[in-house]
Amino acid sequence: MFDLPIMNELTRVLASLALVLLAALISRWQSLDLEKQMLVAVIRAFIQLSLIGYALTYIFDVNNPLLILLIISVMTLIAGHTSGRRAAGVPHARPVALLSISIGAALTLGLLVGLRIFSFSAQQIIPIAGMVVGNSMNVCSLVMRRIRDEVNGRRLEIETALALGATQRQAADPYLKTALQSGMVPIVDSTKTVGLIQLPGAMTGMILAGASPLQAVQLQMIVMYMLIGAAAFTGLAATLLSYRQFFTRSHQLILAEQ
Amino acid sequence: MGPTIRIENLRLTRGRQPVLNGVHMAIGAGEVVCLLGPSGSGKSSLLRCINRLTEPPPGTIYLADTDVTTIDVLALRRRVGMVFQQVSLFPGTVARNVSFGADLQNKALPAAEVTRLLALADLPPAFAEQDSQSLSGGQAQRVAIARALATEPSALLLDEPTSALDPAATRHVEETMLKLRQELGLTLLWVTHLPEQAQRIADRIYLLVNGRIEDEGAPEHLFGPGSKRLAAAFAAGELGAGEAQNSQEAK
Repeated sequence: MFDLPIMNELTRVLASLALVLLAALISRWQSLDLEKQMLVAVIRAFIQLSLIGYALTYIFDVNNPLLILLIISVMTLIAGHTSGRRAAGVPHARPVALLSISIGAALTLGLLVGLRIFSFSAQQIIPIAGMVVGNSMNVCSLVMRRIRDEVNGRRLEIETALALGATQRQAADPYLKTALQSGMVPIVDSTKTVGLIQLPGAMTGMILAGASPLQAVQLQMIVMYMLIGAAAFTGLAATLLSYRQFFTRSHQLILAEQ
Repeated sequence: MGPTIRIENLRLTRGRQPVLNGVHMAIGAGEVVCLLGPSGSGKSSLLRCINRLTEPPPGTIYLADTDVTTIDVLALRRRVGMVFQQVSLFPGTVARNVSFGADLQNKALPAAEVTRLLALADLPPAFAEQDSQSLSGGQAQRVAIARALATEPSALLLDEPTSALDPAATRHVEETMLKLRQELGLTLLWVTHLPEQAQRIADRIYLLVNGRIEDEGAPEHLFGPGSKRLAAAFAAGELGAGEAQNSQEAK
C-alpha cells in the first residue's frame, strides 16, 4: 500500500541534507557549537533507521508468529525497564512497570487482533505494537510517579485512616483515582483535539505515501481509540500494582527511609 | 474498664539504628499513663507498635493478655484508637469525619450517634455540618478525638495531641480526655515531652530516654520536693537527648 524503500529515495534523502547544512551554517554563524552534534545526529539517524528498515523488511518477509512475539516481548522489556527507572522510589518499580505494560499491551493487541481490526501479520502488528507499548510506557511512568508522590505527600492522611481501621486499599483510595486520571488525561486530551492543531504522525505518513485522506483518517481514529484503551488497561494495572508496594500485608505504610 | 497493655522487652531498629532497646511497661485497665521523654527518644515509635502501624516483634506487646501480633490488625486498630500530633481531617463535613470508621465497614452512623460522639469530645451538635477544613486547631483535634471514639475503642494512644495547640486549647483537650476516662473507663497512653503536662494528667509516668525506660512512677513520687529522680532532672532541663547519649556511652 505504501512502500518507501530507502534506496529508491536516496537522492531525496541526500537533498534533504541541504536543510541540515543550512542549520549547521546558522550554528557556526551564531557560535552555537552544535555543528558536531548535528553531524553525529545525522549519521546516527542514517545508521539506526537504515538498520531498522532492513530489519523490518526481513521481519515482514519472514512473517513468523514466534518472531513477532519475540519482538513485542523485547519492546515490552525495554519499556518496562525504562518506565521502572523513571518511577524510581516505588518499591519493586521495574517488575511492577513490566507487568503493567505487559497487561496493557497484551489486552490491547489481543482485542485488536480478536476484533479483526488488524491481522496478526508482522507488517500490521509490529508497528501497532510499537505505538501501544510506547504509549503504555508513558502512561505507566505517569501513574507510578503520581502514586509515589501522593503516598509520600499524604503519609499523615493515610496513616490516620489506617489507625481508624482502614485497609490499605481504603486508606489509599482517594489518591488512586487521581493517579489513574493523571495517566489517562494526556491521551484523552490529545484525542479531543486531534486533527485541529496538527496532523498526527501515522496519518501524515499515510497521506505522504499516497493514501487517500479518508483512509488515513480511518487509521488515525483506530490508533487514537486503541491508545485510549491501552492507557486505561496499563494505567489501571499500574495503579493497582504499585500502591500495594508501599504497604505491608498487615496494612502498614512502609517508611520512606527504609 | 479498658484493657491492660503490657510491653515486654520491646526492641526495635530502623535500618541498623536501634530505636527501642528492651522496653518494659505495664498499663492497668482504665489507667492514664504518660510516656515522657525528649524528642527522638522513641516515644512515637513505641506508640505505633501498640496498634501495629509499625510491626512489633511477636511476644512483646500484650493487649488484655493477648499478643497484639496475633490479633486481626484492623480489629486491633478499632479497639485501640490513636490521636496524632498533627491533626488530619478528611475533606468534607465534621460528621463525615466522625463516621469515617463506620463507613469503612459499610455501616451508617446515625446522626444521634454523631451528636453523642461530638458531645464526648465537648463539641456542640451544630458542629456536625461544619466544613472540616474551617476549624481551629483545638476544635480539629477534638473532632479527631470524636472520630477515634466512633470505633468504640477501649484504649486510646495519644501522640503529643496538644503540642500544636495553645495553652487554653491544650487544657481543654486534657480535661476532655480525663472526663472520657471517667465516663468510658478508657485506658490512655499519652505521649508528651512536657513534664508539666504529664504531672497534670497522669496516674503514672514512664520516662523514655534513648529507647530505654529510665524512670517510672506516680507524678508525686517522681517530681516531689527535693526529688533526685531522673524524671525530675529531665523536668529541670538537665537531661536532654545529648546528655542521655553520653550517659549511655559511659555505661
